[in-house]
Amino acid sequence: MRNLLHAEWTKLRTLPGWIFAMIAAAGAMLALGLLPGLQGSCGTQGPQSQCVAAVGPDGLEVSDSFTFVHQAMTGDGTITARVSQMTGQRLGPDGEQDAMAPWAKAGLIVKDGTAAGSAYAAVMVTGAHGVRMQHNYLYDKAGPAGQVTQTQPRWLRLTRSGDTITGQSSPDGVTWNTVATVPLKHLPPTVLIGMFVTSPQYAEAMNESLGAVGASGGPTKATATFDHLDRTGPWSEQRLGGSTNFEVPGVGFEPTDTGFTITGSGDIAPAVAGPAGAGVSITETLVGTFAALIFVVVIGVGYITGEYRHGMIRMTLAATPRRGRVLAAKAAVLGATVFTLGLAVAAIVVIFGQKVLRGNGVYVLPATGATQLRVIAGTAALLSVASVLALGWGALLRRSATAVTAAVLTIVLPYLLAMTVLPAGAAQWLLRISPAAAFALQQSTPQYYQVANLYLPNSGYYPLPGWAGLAVLAAWTAAVLGLAAHRLHRRDA
Amino acid sequence: MIDATITVTGLRKRFGPTTALDAMTFTVAHGQVTGFVGPNGAGKSTTMRVIVGLDAADEGSALVGGQPYRRLHKPLHHLGVLLDAAALQPSRTARDHLLWLAHSQGLTARRVDEVIDQAGLGSVARRRAGGFSLGMRQRLGIAAAMLGDPAALMLDEPFNGMDPEGIVWMRGFLRSLAAQGRAVLVSSHLMSELQDTADHVVIVGRGKVIADTSVAQLLAAASQGRVTVGTDDPAAAQVLARSGATGVTVTGAQTLSVTGMSAQAVVAALNAGGVTFSEVSAHRATLEQAYLDLTRDAVEFRAADGPVTR
Repeated sequence: MRNLLHAEWTKLRTLPGWIFAMIAAAGAMLALGLLPGLQGSCGTQGPQSQCVAAVGPDGLEVSDSFTFVHQAMTGDGTITARVSQMTGQRLGPDGEQDAMAPWAKAGLIVKDGTAAGSAYAAVMVTGAHGVRMQHNYLYDKAGPAGQVTQTQPRWLRLTRSGDTITGQSSPDGVTWNTVATVPLKHLPPTVLIGMFVTSPQYAEAMNESLGAVGASGGPTKATATFDHLDRTGPWSEQRLGGSTNFEVPGVGFEPTDTGFTITGSGDIAPAVAGPAGAGVSITETLVGTFAALIFVVVIGVGYITGEYRHGMIRMTLAATPRRGRVLAAKAAVLGATVFTLGLAVAAIVVIFGQKVLRGNGVYVLPATGATQLRVIAGTAALLSVASVLALGWGALLRRSATAVTAAVLTIVLPYLLAMTVLPAGAAQWLLRISPAAAFALQQSTPQYYQVANLYLPNSGYYPLPGWAGLAVLAAWTAAVLGLAAHRLHRRDA
Repeated sequence: MIDATITVTGLRKRFGPTTALDAMTFTVAHGQVTGFVGPNGAGKSTTMRVIVGLDAADEGSALVGGQPYRRLHKPLHHLGVLLDAAALQPSRTARDHLLWLAHSQGLTARRVDEVIDQAGLGSVARRRAGGFSLGMRQRLGIAAAMLGDPAALMLDEPFNGMDPEGIVWMRGFLRSLAAQGRAVLVSSHLMSELQDTADHVVIVGRGKVIADTSVAQLLAAASQGRVTVGTDDPAAAQVLARSGATGVTVTGAQTLSVTGMSAQAVVAALNAGGVTFSEVSAHRATLEQAYLDLTRDAVEFRAADGPVTR
């Protein structure tokens, strides 16, 4: 087998056309990744225009934008209040319209200061997801279901005990049940405690039936009435977060006879890319993957159809009568070569492409080192296995034109359609069953169920997890190679 | 030394309605050049493809050194093959083409350079093989067949496309391979190419062996003891007929062909009869004539009939 691998490697490296195609694949990725057309406004209009992102305790970018009525609390303590009313509005081009955002939030919060992205724990009622206990942006635990109405108010209680915070809810202020007890590390002795209201950006798809998926969206706001407060003043009000919380009319607070009415807009949650988010993910630097894919598909097909075309396959099979091994050696050599090349190019593009984008004033969502590594290795794996699938088509169909067509139809076209013209449902279906499912390996921002967004392929969200997408591609590859091996064994060469 | 023989026994193969091989049986012995001759479509290439396992026979067996080819480890060390000189990827250099083949057999670049010199390709080895003439590709194919220093070689139409100088070189090369004790099977559809090269011929037509004989015997049989007489004396035919000739044929204005008499007997009879003559020679058939005699019934493509098969 070692001799065979050596022979196949010699074949691959001694054909100038394939070397050029490899260089072209790498060049396309580098050019599209490092010379992007995207321009942004962050930092390009003077120091004031810097896009400063809130980064949460886990190092990921977060939204930390809400109306906060608070006071300082030193040491352990508790806060109890009743949310007796909650309404929501959507702000569109035609003005305000009554519509509660499902993830509108109103409740009690303990927070380590007012700096954006600081640690917190909160118990809240939501627009449509019942009572929740959330902390540090990423973590969410469900409590009792049901919306707050005038006839059905909701009591909430938050208790600090050292580094743990307990959230409780009650329908009547008498019988309490614990939603969750969560750790909040390194909390200073004095923290801010109080009430908050916020309501996230909404987004909805347009043109669902035909043409590219467009999205429309805009801010929402929520208003909640708090009473039965167990802590006395003085209270101070602060609007935290980005400019939207200031621009939306009506945001603020109003003391009532028994408590407060608070209106807020924004979210306390992980930041997402896409219609309801801001900025682009690191995957944006890998736009050239698509072009590189076309080149490696052509190489993969030609790696074997070139031998059929000139009859050289007979010499190959005469030199190695065990035909299955020839196919296996080709797959191994091609896969390893494309993987190595893909790894190097993807690493360069992800690392330096981000810098270029930021230099152009584009806001790039930060990603952890592990995520960047996964995206880089995933891109290499995608290109590598796709080239082997193309080899399989070549071995099965034997003619370059037919095999390239089959490879493009199965690998390249589904991705292209899903990213451009298909409605969201069809796009997601295609990205579940076609080899293009492996593009999921490039997803760099996770999908959060507790953040309403259009999680669509063309925003970098795939219907399958990365490993499952790779498994779909690998299954196609195994099936096509298997058929090809069968045909190679059965037929005269 | 490794057993150098190639043994083909009772090979049968059909392609649809066409019988390509019909109980093909022969043996290629070591130490000589065996010509494998027959018209196009006689089954020569199919037989060779079956020997190296590219085509599967419906029946029969083909052994190289007593073993099926498929079972050989590094097979090009046992059997060097040239199946189709044109079958290479044109943009690869000649040397790189030999290099991948060498690597597949665990051989190094040094062996590649040796066979390049043997085949006389030293000056063009680093040029794209696609730019080679067919004659040069044949040399490249010979170099490829020699890579594993095999005890047996099997070459399909190696003379095709070669210039006269190349043909002379090829003949000498094949003779030297046989002299080294190797078994050499060389196919051709032109018997004349094998004149002065082959020691033995396997003549095939329509998928079966028509003759399996040494070249010497074949020529003797084709000559059939005919004597050619050059004379302008009209009495010559009568004189010879009276002297014991079984047949006298006028083959030209001044030539007769005589059977049933040796050349010496013809000279004696003509002298005794006072006939003047310019030439008496034992007729020596060319290999080509012998071949045409033998295959007259088996030729598949005839101008008048058109192709019988395929």
